Amino acid sequence: MATITLDSVRKVYAGNVEAVKGVSIDIQDGEFIVLVGPSGCGKSTLLRMVAGLEDITTGEVKIGERVVNNVDPADRDIAMVFQNYALYPHMSVYNNLAYGLKNRGMAKGEIDRRVKEAARILEIGEYLDRKPRALSGGQRQRVAMGRAIVREPAAFLFDEPLSNLDAKLRVQMRVEIKRLQKSLGTTSVYVTHDQLEAMTLADRLVVLNKGNIEQIGAPIEVYDRPASTFVASFIGSPAMNLLPVSANGSGLQLEGGEGLSGPNTYGRDKYTVGIRPEHLRVVDAGSSHPDAGLSLDLVVNVLEPVGAESFVYASFAKGGPEMVIRVSNHARYQPGEKLQLIADAQDVHFFDGGNGKRI
Amino acid sequence: MVHARLVRFGGAMKKVQFNTRSVPYLLLLPQLSIVAIFFLWPAAEAVRSSFYLEDPFGFGATFVGFDNFIDTVTSSDYARVARFTTVFTLLVTFLSLGIALLLAVKADKVLRGASSYKTLLMWVYAVAPPVAGLIGVMMFDQHVGPMVDFFALFGWEMQIGVNYFDTGFAMTATAIWKQIPVNFIFFLSGLQGISKSVQEAASIDCRSGFRRFWTVTFPLLAPTGFFLLIINITYAMFDTFGIIDVVLKGEPGNNPVTLVYKVFLDGFRGNDLGGSSAQSVILMILVFVLTVIQFRLIERRVHYT
Repeated sequence: MATITLDSVRKVYAGNVEAVKGVSIDIQDGEFIVLVGPSGCGKSTLLRMVAGLEDITTGEVKIGERVVNNVDPADRDIAMVFQNYALYPHMSVYNNLAYGLKNRGMAKGEIDRRVKEAARILEIGEYLDRKPRALSGGQRQRVAMGRAIVREPAAFLFDEPLSNLDAKLRVQMRVEIKRLQKSLGTTSVYVTHDQLEAMTLADRLVVLNKGNIEQIGAPIEVYDRPASTFVASFIGSPAMNLLPVSANGSGLQLEGGEGLSGPNTYGRDKYTVGIRPEHLRVVDAGSSHPDAGLSLDLVVNVLEPVGAESFVYASFAKGGPEMVIRVSNHARYQPGEKLQLIADAQDVHFFDGGNGKRI
Repeated sequence: MVHARLVRFGGAMKKVQFNTRSVPYLLLLPQLSIVAIFFLWPAAEAVRSSFYLEDPFGFGATFVGFDNFIDTVTSSDYARVARFTTVFTLLVTFLSLGIALLLAVKADKVLRGASSYKTLLMWVYAVAPPVAGLIGVMMFDQHVGPMVDFFALFGWEMQIGVNYFDTGFAMTATAIWKQIPVNFIFFLSGLQGISKSVQEAASIDCRSGFRRFWTVTFPLLAPTGFFLLIINITYAMFDTFGIIDVVLKGEPGNNPVTLVYKVFLDGFRGNDLGGSSAQSVILMILVFVLTVIQFRLIERRVHYT
């Protein structure tokens, strides 16, 4: 068990490509941190620098109280779970689990105890004699997990461990990883591009974009108060509706479109206004809602039922971005139907029209 | 009109089904006739003539039973050549594999320069064996050879074509030198075929790079290594004919030769077609036994992933 501290960590590749631009994170002992972002945001590079598989250009990585910048991966007391499992194909499951322990000179009896214990926890006991190629994807994933937990390391590092599994298995393994991490209490850093995985697993989320941290916080906090338009559009599915808006005297006007019934509270020229799909409510056409933060008149394009709920895709009469509204699965809106929608003032997010930061 | 239906298996293999039974045989015919004309027929001819004592001028042949075989295996000359062939094959196989593996591992580490590195080492592979032999001979030339000058610095006055050991050394060195590039290329592509994340997982599990190599990299390279082992043994025993011929400049004398070269010498220089045929039959049996051993014993321990 240990804390992990990243202090202004940078990674510059040959050709002056800056993959990670001065990232600092303090990870608490036993915390489950998820690094999330689109591909190319530097999340895997960051994880690999913690693991020791990539050199750190500048900055400092500490595991516990020890600076590990120049420490060999094998000496960092970490265990890593790879996306493609990275099992040793020529070794049995038992030896895959035992390999790291043998190389550390652990006694045979203790190795056997740990391997059996991990096999019991992960329910892979009956496969111990098999080679990885004789296992299914889910079973390989468990073996990869087993290889990490037998080591009893200071930290687990996960590099998109579930992305090679099918959807059903992914949900099942996600729950198991969370349960396992909680019961072992091992500090974990988990990399994913799947915002749902990130939301459900993380104690704290680190949203990365182009090598920079956009926001760090508890999943709900990040969801409720996204720090930028990037976070707003990345976290949540369907994504938050973002409207480019300019000030029109004391009111607001959709760019290239109609005026919006909302006050220009912050006194700027340009904003991006964000509303989550579930915060838009359909009200009776022509009714007045002076307390609403925002009121919109839209025309339905399509209704998309997904089972438990439905999504309405609708546009403004004069053009502008398409909006998504989450409605009850009983709703029956027809394409072309006019809708009036309102959102409460506390559910309307304002971002700077220039840099996209939250106001 | 023949209809062929293509069925995809795992995206890689294709299975073709024919409606007419004779078509697959017809398609196999060219390959089968090549095997028959260039292998089965000469082999059968060799087996037949190994039981005859042929007149050198082609005026007839006398059936002598196993006399040719008995003469061959009991001659001290044959035993000497067999000993040299064994030592030569072992040295060429293990040194060319070992050096190539070492080079490939080092090249794999500096991937950036690998393509130029690869090309440089590939050059030698494009050289025909007699030319390689010729280059080797020039390197080991008594008067202008840089290798001879080099060893002279250490007090070793090489006498190629005269001294048995010196000649054998020059042959072995040239044969190894010629075979390293092909082994290197295969090893390098084998190394690059090993999953990067498996090697990374190993670097987390095992600090010692040496131990990591023997416990993870080497076993995963085994299919390549096994293939190369067969290729190299075959090369050392049979394909080195050109190198040996050029090193010897057609004057075998008391110099070391391999069994294959002796087949040629006895058959076409000594005009002993029966004895020479008996030797090639022995070689055929040897190859057969080697193949069985290799596939039975070694392949069982190789992990094809």
